[in-house]
Amino acid sequence: MEFKLPLFPEQASSVAGQVDAFYLFLVLLTTFFSLLIALMIVFFIIKYRKRPDHKAEQIHGSTLLEIVWTAIPLGISMIIFVWGAVLYYHLQNPPKDALEIYGVGKQWMWKFQHPGGQREINTLHVPTGRPVKVTLISQDVIHDFFVPAFRIKTDVLPNRYMHTWFTPTREGNYHLFCSQYCGTNHSGMIGEVVVMKPEDYAEWLASGKAEGSMASMGEKLFQEFGCTTCHRPDAGARGPSLLGLYGRPVRLSDNRVVIADDNYIRESILNPNAKIVSGFQPIMPTFQGVVSEEGLIQITEYIKHLSQQDSEPLSNRSNPAVLRDTEVPTIQQELKGRGNEPAAPSGKKP
Amino acid sequence: MEQQKGASTFGMWVFLLTELMMFGGLFASYLIYRLKFYAAWEAGSSSIDVHWGFINTLVLIGSSFTMAMAVWAAQKGDKNKQVMFLIGTMILGAAFLGIKGIEYKAKYDECHIPGHIIGKAFNASGGCMADGKVTGDIAKEFMEHQAEIHKPVPEAFAKQTADQTQIFFSFYFAMTGLHAFHMVIGLGLLGWLTLRASRGEFSGQYFTPVELGGLYWHFVDIVWIFLFPLLYLINRTHG
Amino acid sequence: MSTAATTVKPVMPAKHYLNDNYGIRSWLLTKDHKRIAILYLCTITFFFFLGGMFAALIRLELLTPEGDLFHSDTYNKLFTMHGVNMIFFFLIPSVPAVLGNFILPIMLGAKDLAFPKINLLSWYIFIVGAGFGLAALIGGGVDTGWTFYTPLSTGYVRTPVIVLAVGILIAGFASIFTGLNFIVTTHRMRAPGMTWGRLPLMVWANYAASLIMILGTPVIAITLILVALERGFHIGVFDPKLGGDPVLFQHMFWFYSHPAVYIMILPGMGVISEIVTCFSRKRVFGYTFIAFSSIAIAVFGFVVWAHHMFVAGISTYSALVFSLLSFAVAIPSAVKVFNWTATMYKGSVSLETPMLYALAFIGLFTIGGLTGLFLAALGTDIHIHDTYFVVAHFHYVMVGGMVTAYLGGIHFWWPKMTGKMYPEAPAKLAALITFIGFNLTFFPQFILGYLGMPRRYHAYPPEFQVLNVLSSAGASVLAVGFIMPLVYFLWSLKFGEAAGDNPWDAKGLEWQTTSPPPTHNFHEVPIVTEDPYNYGEEANVVH
Repeated sequence: MEFKLPLFPEQASSVAGQVDAFYLFLVLLTTFFSLLIALMIVFFIIKYRKRPDHKAEQIHGSTLLEIVWTAIPLGISMIIFVWGAVLYYHLQNPPKDALEIYGVGKQWMWKFQHPGGQREINTLHVPTGRPVKVTLISQDVIHDFFVPAFRIKTDVLPNRYMHTWFTPTREGNYHLFCSQYCGTNHSGMIGEVVVMKPEDYAEWLASGKAEGSMASMGEKLFQEFGCTTCHRPDAGARGPSLLGLYGRPVRLSDNRVVIADDNYIRESILNPNAKIVSGFQPIMPTFQGVVSEEGLIQITEYIKHLSQQDSEPLSNRSNPAVLRDTEVPTIQQELKGRGNEPAAPSGKKP
Repeated sequence: MEQQKGASTFGMWVFLLTELMMFGGLFASYLIYRLKFYAAWEAGSSSIDVHWGFINTLVLIGSSFTMAMAVWAAQKGDKNKQVMFLIGTMILGAAFLGIKGIEYKAKYDECHIPGHIIGKAFNASGGCMADGKVTGDIAKEFMEHQAEIHKPVPEAFAKQTADQTQIFFSFYFAMTGLHAFHMVIGLGLLGWLTLRASRGEFSGQYFTPVELGGLYWHFVDIVWIFLFPLLYLINRTHG
Repeated sequence: MSTAATTVKPVMPAKHYLNDNYGIRSWLLTKDHKRIAILYLCTITFFFFLGGMFAALIRLELLTPEGDLFHSDTYNKLFTMHGVNMIFFFLIPSVPAVLGNFILPIMLGAKDLAFPKINLLSWYIFIVGAGFGLAALIGGGVDTGWTFYTPLSTGYVRTPVIVLAVGILIAGFASIFTGLNFIVTTHRMRAPGMTWGRLPLMVWANYAASLIMILGTPVIAITLILVALERGFHIGVFDPKLGGDPVLFQHMFWFYSHPAVYIMILPGMGVISEIVTCFSRKRVFGYTFIAFSSIAIAVFGFVVWAHHMFVAGISTYSALVFSLLSFAVAIPSAVKVFNWTATMYKGSVSLETPMLYALAFIGLFTIGGLTGLFLAALGTDIHIHDTYFVVAHFHYVMVGGMVTAYLGGIHFWWPKMTGKMYPEAPAKLAALITFIGFNLTFFPQFILGYLGMPRRYHAYPPEFQVLNVLSSAGASVLAVGFIMPLVYFLWSLKFGEAAGDNPWDAKGLEWQTTSPPPTHNFHEVPIVTEDPYNYGEEANVVH
């Protein structure tokens, strides 16, 4: 047995230092109050030990003291809460220019896909100095993606995308643990995050046997499954065009407005009638059981790719179901009933 | 004695509070899934027979009436009336369970029992063979009625909705099943009370067991008063 | 052990609840709350050692990084059965069903609980539930973790989940009936003069815990019923493939299981109030505040459940709300700790074994509670959720807190319950050994958790080994500390000195009757005229 007694994991991400600082503050606070109580107890049991000449003094209490020792812990708690909440908010919201990687967890392994199509199993290569957003889903039970060196963690759920993000700052190999009990080989669902210099990362990407980028794989599937039959940009299309769709608000047939994110796209493929785009009919068949999780991820990448191409404003209303930013109704307008106007006829009836 | 009566009644109320929490968990989950699968809730609700549900509601309200009369009779010390009303309550309770049995059998015939362990596998689209007839095609019913009352829906949507009614029926059977379980226990309690009443054990001095039995029975009734609209009425579009 | 100024050696009373009736029927059909308490004591002691055996096997496996002692499936069953046995079949009944059952009616000046037959029924229901638990064990054991998360538990394991779930929900009803009994007894059966403001804090604590028992336990019952239905009939309430939501299970599970931890700790806090006052010879500092903080903990405990789910997929907004509320629930506990410490100020403190346990409680519970703040704080929770940090936190509050309070209470009321004194020297030694063993076992786990070692791992990376070895070493010491009381308590039944009515010279109605008490508790109904913990009135006493 080698004698290694580490106390802190390595700090390998941009937030690790912040989390550690917060943690240290809490450790000091805990130590202070624990010692305070412990020393007071020891002091009292010695000073006020039972002696023949000494009688206990009956004290009812002191409301002032009660208020003080309620208010001070409350105040300190609020400081802790706010500090933790701010850190949390930062941890939950990835920057917009993050490198997007997809991961699928299943009993008992991790599968990752880079946007360029490179795939890895149980290992994840990432570059330093750039935010990385990992979007995850499970094929079976609930797992958890945990990299102690980065101080990040998220549960990985079946049927729903979750994400986490980090900016690696130090090269090295770091543990990836599954930390939601998932059955027999839960402790074996361990992986490795390999952080490399950006040049080395680019080299690694190039050397990998990618079958083509994720987006191009997605495009292949998009055609194979016949999606192009209905989802076309022309006026006669039976399904809404997907150009410029990703990340934009969409008006539905019941006048709700939702954002076309990963989960929306996944739901639209697996459960198309849950949300119908305004002006279109609920005729899309479901692809549940037909397309795999990796396939879903690739198709989503492809659709994202379609947005990135069309960065000009949609002034010609070629894609009427997607709203311009200025059109996104404010809550007040919705409340005033503007949202009850009938949807403008846009798509064609079949 | 007074203290004991006060204590027992208080105890029964506390117990009913725990029952409320238990049913509460089911009701909460039901409402959450209703938000998620509204169309399936419409379709499923429309396929259970509201006539039987309504009759059952009347039966149960009637049984609460007879139960209240039984408590009154016990207070008065009238042995014959006590027994009569208690037996009346039991008959109505049994009638309720009988009608529930009819409903469950109908669901069994229509292949609407969730899962594939009891009887035939769940199948709400395409119909189920029973007595040489095809029944229980929720997808078809849904398509027909949506066309009538709203606007036509495509077949794929109707099929998907019909498949999702499995969750509705899971809740239907869990909620009515738990309720029926409580009714069976209630019938047992009533039987025991009838036996004691026939021996003349209750009078104006001491009728606490009848009162407590009454509280329990009324609670079971009230749960049904909530179940009936939630399951049969609010999502219904036809039938 | 002699009382007041006399030097007469105490003797056992001639007739008391233990020898009033002989024969197995008189025990199995008893309606005496004291005998029912003893029945519970024997039952839960069995489950404590059963759960402890599983813990020992877990710590043995974790001595080495490789999973080389048990197959992973077996290890998964070990930690599941350790958790289930300890929580549902030991901790939840411990203080309420043993000490509460025995002492509460006597403290209130009553002859028995409000519903003695329901009390006996509660024990039988517990036995049935625990029987299902044992059946699940014999059927191979369950490996879902005590938290039964779906869809793992409903669709991915082949172990007797339904049997165990049914056992837990049945045992839950035993808990409900105990709580119901306590509430009605406290409201309706107080002796004349015993106003709410004169109730011993043990009663307040058990009352608050009973509120949680009756409101929370039915929710776990229905949740487990749904899990059993889903598993048995393949319906889709929590199964995502059929449209269900696995996170809904987590909400429903934790809606009970968080308040459950307050069911476990509140009665222990009540015990501490009794012990600290007696061995400081002082009334408690801030009685009203301690009483109301028990109720506050019960109430707040119901609105913090999703702090177990910060990374499980709840919205940021929900997470903020639950984090804020979790800090709120910590405050009343802190208030209690300060009040107990202040009780010793200017008191006359002696360190008999119950007091040693009480002091250990205050220290260990403080550490455990403060580490809860790390988990309530969102920024750190992301990192330490589902790691050994959480394991260390809850063992500090459950074992360092609850079990310590339970043992302190057993020592305190053992003379009352049995009429015999336990041997003081071995008892003090056991308390010390337990304290050392406990800290050695669980303190390294805080460090392990922050380093990143996840829970429920039977094989781990080698850099975690040193801390794991320390922890396992501590566990072996802790085991000694727990076995010693079993030995000397049994010894004291035969060879212990007679205790007399009031060996501690404590205030409280239970000490005004014989040890052991007669079956009807008091020879005449007491009339209460004093405030509780009226220690000021006594003459100076030399022991």
